[in-house]
Amino acid sequence: MYDFDFERPTTIQDAVEALKAEEAIAFSGGQTLMPTMKQRLAMPSKVVSLTAIDEMKGVRLDGTSLWIGGATTHATVKRELAESYPAMSSLAGRIGDPSVRSRGTIGGSVANNDPSACYPAGTLASKGVIVTDRREIPADEFFQGMFMTALEEGEIVTAVKMQVPERAHYAKFIQPASRFPLTAVYVAKFDDGVRVAVTGASEMGVFRWTEAEEALSSGFDAGAIDGLATPDGADMISDLHGSGDYRAHLVKVMTKRAVAAA
Amino acid sequence: MIKIEMTVNGRPVSGEVEGRTLLVDFIRQTLLLTGTHVGCDTTQCGACTIHLDGEPVKSCSVLAAECAGARITTIEGMANADGSLSSMQQAFQDYHGLQCGFCTPGMVMAATALLEENPTPSEAEIRHHLEGNICRCTGYHNIVKAVQAASGQDVTPVAAE
Repeated sequence: MYDFDFERPTTIQDAVEALKAEEAIAFSGGQTLMPTMKQRLAMPSKVVSLTAIDEMKGVRLDGTSLWIGGATTHATVKRELAESYPAMSSLAGRIGDPSVRSRGTIGGSVANNDPSACYPAGTLASKGVIVTDRREIPADEFFQGMFMTALEEGEIVTAVKMQVPERAHYAKFIQPASRFPLTAVYVAKFDDGVRVAVTGASEMGVFRWTEAEEALSSGFDAGAIDGLATPDGADMISDLHGSGDYRAHLVKVMTKRAVAAA
Repeated sequence: MIKIEMTVNGRPVSGEVEGRTLLVDFIRQTLLLTGTHVGCDTTQCGACTIHLDGEPVKSCSVLAAECAGARITTIEGMANADGSLSSMQQAFQDYHGLQCGFCTPGMVMAATALLEENPTPSEAEIRHHLEGNICRCTGYHNIVKAVQAASGQDVTPVAAE
């Protein structure tokens, strides 16, 4: 890696100040960013670690309203939500491997918005709201495309809010070399409808499969989407692991599996 | 340069690092604890797994400067106080859970962390937990047996899923 200045502030305010430096970058666990920097695909002049900011850590549940600090690791989310939101706990417990889960954070995951990441799907399906140092952004507006979000320069994801659904499941078809989803679907059933969020499939990153949501909202059963056409494979990621049509097929398969298991 | 202090294998240590210094390089080159191996340097193989505040991490993917004030355990800190092998290390020996040995420090650290979180894991849980640790020799079966033995469970004839 090229050398860089390093700062490890202990408050959000200090982190925002530190990130005002030219080409500074927020570092929230670094399980994606560090390999990226080693390959010199990112060359920040300054790295601002968010892992010492206590006000950005922890999981709080108030009724069905969930608050997860942006610097909370996947391992902590897995542990803390095991009873209160098992589907999200399961998602967190299947990211990467144990070492990645010890360091990687939910804030880092949603801010990076990898088109195959797990948290964007769970957040979008769980009526998520991204909390930053300056505003709150609904997940529907936050995730804007492959590695694209609504974040401004120097803006920090300080927390992610969600609603705990009545029933939910995350069905992940794993790409065994990377352990990212080849395609995965998070289904969440609320009293006012069903949300279906898909990751790993679209060229535009995470998206809601609205046709399936409508079908499942009138009957929460895997058979309810039998009659639906799969999403258009032409819009899907096509690589050596799977064609766009294959991923489109997986969207439907994994949606059915998620509903059956929810 | 950044001055850092931390506790490694129960001993307080300090040193000066650059922002980019990896924890594994601090451990191996500054502290001269070379039992922690660098396999891939790209967060994939797990040979460099150590415990950071009790949790397993790949030390090639953690900045040393992030560990100021942390409590670190490496493979050198695993043996019992009298110098005898820990139950996990002993089980790796008893069940031939290694061949070339390069991945073994990371395997032992990852497996030990599993038993702290889950004292009696199933075979499937052991395999899931060790997904981030790659071994090119053993085919994993004997490693799984070693972890079963170290957890005081029956060692079953295991087969791949």
